[in-house]
Amino acid sequence: MRLMRRLALLVPVLALGACATQPKAYDYAAFKQAKPATLLVLPPVNESPDVTATGSVLAQATMPLAEAGYYVLPVTLVDETLRQNGVSNPVDAQAIAPAKLREVFGADAVLYMTVKSYGSSYKVVSSETAVALTAKLVDIRSGQLLWEGAARASSAENNGNNQGGLVGMLVKAVVNQIVNSSTDASVRYADIADKRLLSAGQKNGLLYGPRSPNYGKDPIVQ
Amino acid sequence: MHIPQAMRIGGALAIALALGACAAPKPPQPLYAWGDYQSQLVKYYKSEGDLGTQAQQLEQQLQKNAAAHLACPPGLHGHLALLYAKLGNDQASRDHLEAERQLFPESAAYVDFLLKKSAAAASAAPAASAAT
Repeated sequence: MRLMRRLALLVPVLALGACATQPKAYDYAAFKQAKPATLLVLPPVNESPDVTATGSVLAQATMPLAEAGYYVLPVTLVDETLRQNGVSNPVDAQAIAPAKLREVFGADAVLYMTVKSYGSSYKVVSSETAVALTAKLVDIRSGQLLWEGAARASSAENNGNNQGGLVGMLVKAVVNQIVNSSTDASVRYADIADKRLLSAGQKNGLLYGPRSPNYGKDPIVQ
Repeated sequence: MHIPQAMRIGGALAIALALGACAAPKPPQPLYAWGDYQSQLVKYYKSEGDLGTQAQQLEQQLQKNAAAHLACPPGLHGHLALLYAKLGNDQASRDHLEAERQLFPESAAYVDFLLKKSAAAASAAPAASAAT
């Protein structure tokens, strides 16, 4: 009887402990003060040898950001505006001063992405398709860094989706597609990496934006 | 050993509360009906298929979303505006820019910039098809 009572006490403590292990809290002070609503996603700089990486990472960046509650300026249209102004590669696009970007695009913050690796590598025993990304969110008015993060998705994961919440919901749909589809695997892993990197409600992830019902209620921020 | 029922319920409740405390605030529901939009953007960047077909398919998705009262994702009208500009249909391009601005007032500054450029291009060279 006494044992039971102790056990009943112990279980909730364990359950709490399971999610209380936060390594180092991200400093969201600047982010919370800036309250960005409209995001400008510039074409990602590509450090991989695959020339299609920029396009497929950019094409799939809007969904997680919009589902996080942000308005994302139409990425293809933005890309075309840059091209028509003589900016045809991501390195040049990401070198434009934020103030100049604000003049044209009227965004609150700019997302600078880099594709660290993209595609398949063949090894003796097995091959792996992986996509690794980094991103920085910068206040377009002050140029201040609001958030930065990194994410990776790989075929070597054992279906790799044990995440819950919004990112879990979004990624699960892609994983199911991979299983049932023969389309370009790199595109799919770029999709997952984008969602892992840019979904809100994750530890050290982006905060929710104004269009989300969870705006201002980020559980990860103390 | 007999455990009083109240205690069993109490224990279960404590566990449920403790678990609930660290669960997500709400069961996630997508804010927008994405349909095919994202894969069409991928196709656009891979230059797969022709732009006219893509515009047609996205228009169909818009109709489906409207009929089902589902929210149009940000950028869909903007992308259609780009497709129509490339196809030389300036009126449709402008209509979709205005639709993007109406659904998402956050886009107003950029859309106004594009509409102004489009109007300037139209008056300078009536045959030009540059909305961007």
